[in-house]
Amino acid sequence: MADNSQNETDKSGYWRENLRLIFICLIIWFVVSFGFGLILVEPLNEIRLGGYKLGFWFAQQGSIYTFVALIFWYSHKMNQLDKKYGVEEEDQ
Amino acid sequence: MDELKLYTYIAVFGSFGLYFAIAWWARASSTSEFYAAGGNISPLLNGMAIGADWMSAASFISMAGLIAFLGYGGSVFLMGWTGGYVLLAMLLAPYMRKHGKFTVPEFIYDRYDSKTARIVAVICLIIASLTYIIGQMKGVGVAFSQFLEVDYGLGLGIGMVVVWVYAVMGGMKGITYTQIAQYCVLIFAYTVPAIFISLQLTGNPIPQLGLGSTLADGSGVYLLDKLDQVVTDLGFKEYTTDNMGGSLNMFAYTMTLMIGTAGLPHVIMRFFTVPSVKAARSSAGYALVFIALLYTVAPAVGAMARLNLMNTIEPEPGQNLVYEERPKWFKDWEKTGLLKFEDKNGDGKIQYVADEQRNEMVKVDRDIMVLANPAIANLPFWVIALVAAGGLAAALSTAAGLLLAISSSISHDLMKGVLKPDLSEKNELRISRLVMTISIVIAGWLGLHPPGFAAGTVALAFGLAAASIFPVLMMGIFSKKISGKGAVAGMCAGIGITMLYVFQHKGIMFISGTDFLGDMEPNWFFGISPNAFGVIGAIVNFAVAFAVTKVTGDASPKIQQLVENFRMPGEVGKAHHH
Repeated sequence: MADNSQNETDKSGYWRENLRLIFICLIIWFVVSFGFGLILVEPLNEIRLGGYKLGFWFAQQGSIYTFVALIFWYSHKMNQLDKKYGVEEEDQ
Repeated sequence: MDELKLYTYIAVFGSFGLYFAIAWWARASSTSEFYAAGGNISPLLNGMAIGADWMSAASFISMAGLIAFLGYGGSVFLMGWTGGYVLLAMLLAPYMRKHGKFTVPEFIYDRYDSKTARIVAVICLIIASLTYIIGQMKGVGVAFSQFLEVDYGLGLGIGMVVVWVYAVMGGMKGITYTQIAQYCVLIFAYTVPAIFISLQLTGNPIPQLGLGSTLADGSGVYLLDKLDQVVTDLGFKEYTTDNMGGSLNMFAYTMTLMIGTAGLPHVIMRFFTVPSVKAARSSAGYALVFIALLYTVAPAVGAMARLNLMNTIEPEPGQNLVYEERPKWFKDWEKTGLLKFEDKNGDGKIQYVADEQRNEMVKVDRDIMVLANPAIANLPFWVIALVAAGGLAAALSTAAGLLLAISSSISHDLMKGVLKPDLSEKNELRISRLVMTISIVIAGWLGLHPPGFAAGTVALAFGLAAASIFPVLMMGIFSKKISGKGAVAGMCAGIGITMLYVFQHKGIMFISGTDFLGDMEPNWFFGISPNAFGVIGAIVNFAVAFAVTKVTGDASPKIQQLVENFRMPGEVGKAHHH
């Protein structure tokens, strides 16, 4: 019984930490694409990145690079979380 | 036969030979191999296969052309078709892999404990996938007819046979390994011309950097500034700020493409082929790396192709190209009808301006931007030949993935799951291959006789997937309570309202004249175009599912336990052994 309730807190703790991580990632996901690329594009276009206007750069380049980095960062953090809660999988 | 054609034949049939050899080597012998490639594909290879599965004829041929003419507005495709992978990696793929089944409707059945939900999911899946596949079949026919001057129908037939051989024989296993080869072919074919053109225009071999560089003509002017100036001088909207139909429409369109991407079953299915939850997460990352390779080059291809086109027609302001002196590629594309000139003022020169009264380039098809790009830039023949093989690889790889999604939902979900649960594995495999063959024939027939709605189909597929499948999967994982009744009502409401909105503006089944509100911007809901409406359908889906569950009661404790199990990787109960 003790084991079982220990297991329950483990599960909800793991899920809570995962949700927190997803929340952070999705805020960044939203800010770089919808934020910088669409909503704030006009003020950002006043700033230049070489030949790019910054808002335009986020919409056509920067958001995509950020998405890639986000997924790898999330995977990395989740692997750590799996270890912390002892649910990591064997590498094949 | 001229030299260019010879190179093209070698590239196209050489690549087909490669796919056949792979298919023979990777034949499927069990349902596990047929539906999920045995579940032991490495995340890196799966990422590459997802890249080819995902990037269709639309990405390869049409997208850069769309961006070339939409400018900044084309960003919706770039962000929409990549941002969905963030959602897949965090909201769907790991948990669906943990649950460990073969198809998307099967996951929905297990989670909602409802055969009705499974059948509704199968219907949504077939509608979305079939509309999507018509576009691929057309892409195959177009690539053949334009590069090899083979009849459109014959080209389509050859494409059907090629897909049939490796998809039916190899199932998911064969498709996976051919998709890996197809990714290599298509990315090579896409980036090599882009590198050449970037070098020519800016002196920088990396197109992503070239787009932000100064021109190589010694003027010191940035490429994008030059493009802005050239197009505005002729009365077009400024390239870097033209926002297609307003900000709200761009917002809704981007969101629809993102959640539509995450809800397309042929992509989700690929995550069932990796060995673990950890591998499902990282293969989403690898997939996006491989996709980003093309998606960050595309805006450079678009902008540079537009500039090259403008410069060819009007090298110096007022010094327009004389029609009789037009280059060979111009004549070639005129023959196809995709490029059309009309000498309105009778001066024998070409005027290409925004004003419709004076514009003499009466037709410039967007699709030719990628296909004609190497020729416009005077690139060597072998580069042009590659583009043909790349376009075919993009269309075939996506078609194969879609065919597998359709056939598995029929053989595994409808036949084995609902109609004949005692079906043996051998017979299920047989039925699956038969269904796939029939699907290829139907898809080919639709490609040969494209229904009136073919033009709007790819966009519609995303709207439908966004409004039906994505919300149900996400709620199934992030809420323990949403019930089967809620899911069924949500899916029906979401896909129903989306189809209604599309039909009322575009005509019922796209038959013109049956549109009861007219395809007019003032009639749009808050100015949202029909293509961008999927996100509204998704919100309706969430709301209805939530309300119906509130009224009819939560999911059973058994289901809530199931949800807890697939939220965590590894074996349940393993937690207290460390």
